Amino acid sequence: MINRAILNLKFFKLSIISAFFLIAGLFSSQAFGQEKTESGAEKKFEPKEIILEHIGDSHSWPVVGKTFLPLPVILYTDKGIETFSSAKVEPEGTVYNGGHYSYKLDGGKIKAVNVSGTIDEAATKKVMDFSITRNVASMFMAVTILLIVFLRVSAAYRKRTGKAPKGMQSFLEPLILFVRDDIAMPNIGLKHARFMPLLLTIFFFILLNNLLGMIPFFPGGYNLTGNIAVTAVLAVIIFFVVNLNGNKYYWKHIFVPNPWWLFFIMIPVEIVGIFTKPIALMIRLFANITAGHILILSLISLIFIFKTLWVSPVSIIFVVFMDAIELLVAFLQAYIFTLLSALFIGMAIEEHHHEVL
Amino acid sequence: MDLVTPQIGLVFWTTLCFAILLFILGKYAWKPILAAVAERENSIESALSKAEAVKEEMARLTSENEALLKQARAERDAILSEATKVKNQIISEAKDAAHKEGARQIEQARLEINNQKAIAMADVKNQVAALSLEIAEKVLRKQFEDSKKQDELVRDLLKDVKLS
Repeated sequence: MINRAILNLKFFKLSIISAFFLIAGLFSSQAFGQEKTESGAEKKFEPKEIILEHIGDSHSWPVVGKTFLPLPVILYTDKGIETFSSAKVEPEGTVYNGGHYSYKLDGGKIKAVNVSGTIDEAATKKVMDFSITRNVASMFMAVTILLIVFLRVSAAYRKRTGKAPKGMQSFLEPLILFVRDDIAMPNIGLKHARFMPLLLTIFFFILLNNLLGMIPFFPGGYNLTGNIAVTAVLAVIIFFVVNLNGNKYYWKHIFVPNPWWLFFIMIPVEIVGIFTKPIALMIRLFANITAGHILILSLISLIFIFKTLWVSPVSIIFVVFMDAIELLVAFLQAYIFTLLSALFIGMAIEEHHHEVL
Repeated sequence: MDLVTPQIGLVFWTTLCFAILLFILGKYAWKPILAAVAERENSIESALSKAEAVKEEMARLTSENEALLKQARAERDAILSEATKVKNQIISEAKDAAHKEGARQIEQARLEINNQKAIAMADVKNQVAALSLEIAEKVLRKQFEDSKKQDELVRDLLKDVKLS
């Protein structure tokens, strides 16, 4: 009875608060809508542009509204390295005269320009962009968080030897044990200890970046694990780990098919298989995270496409639903990437493969 | 397409970051953490097996104790019954001896009494005999003082004789 009363009270409070926000929102929406039509009637809302801008990478990090955090631009040109702040080429189209070339931003990319201010394609090809972009900066942040968290947890283990875990330690230990007991041990077997650091690092790297990517504002709001470059690097690492650790059974399985007359079919298939496994890893993570971000942004964009706040309840309900799914996907994709990596490693180092079959 | 074209910069920084992360975490986080977890698991396991062993030992000790207790109890019972038997025996022996002694003393007393009685009787007899003689003598002397009476007596005596 008491519980129900408390629940009712909570529900009552919640409804009052939400009603307040709804009313306030209605008033402000009118004001907002008017402002919008006054200031930029000719500028059409382009959801595709906004979504792709978020999904992709950029040379500055949006903080609030039109405030951007400028990031360092590092260019490796045929004449030497150039570094300058991205604020020098913002807003897009501003030409910056560097030491070797002149640059401007075109579609979020640094391009070399000639004296007249048009893009010099030949010079652009000679310039390699190693800038600390939004994704790189956010990755630095994620790496810093991971280092701080896990070094502290490690210190806690040293300090509390043999005692029950406490605080952050007890939050992370189940995840670490999950990776060990449910991912590494069943798939790799007795030799799992060698690969544990790699699997744990990959798992927590992907998980943290997935989760940070879901935060819609400043420190988050990026799409690192949904970037093909990042997933490609992770996949290439797995590719090397799998193939450098492959034992004779693994290679025998590839180059000596069981019935010998399958030679012509099986060897190409197996060789393609070596590459498709990490490529599948790369595309799966990239596509899942990117798709989630695109969906959420599309749903939010609905409000601006219809230019009415009345769509917002629908949008918000769907976005909350999608956010919940993305939260699941964040864990799931970290799990699947690690699990498949473990599986491939396990297949490569498995002993007596053919005797079992 | 832009979306699926990996950018060289991000590839480079990702590789660098991941390598650094893997190296530092591998050396200073994962190894100690996994070692600590494994050590704790081992210690828990050994503690559990030790507890099991102790439990078994306890059970063994308890059963041993019980056996000892049972044995002690049986011994005590045996000793007690033995003692009772001995006691009874001693008592009965003592009783017997007492009986015998009593009977012997009573017999002796009786013999003594009989002896004394016989002696006393003999004495009494002697005195009674002496007294009777004295009385008879005195009576006779008195009787024979008077001759008439002597005659009468003789006559009486004779009468008796005749009759018999």
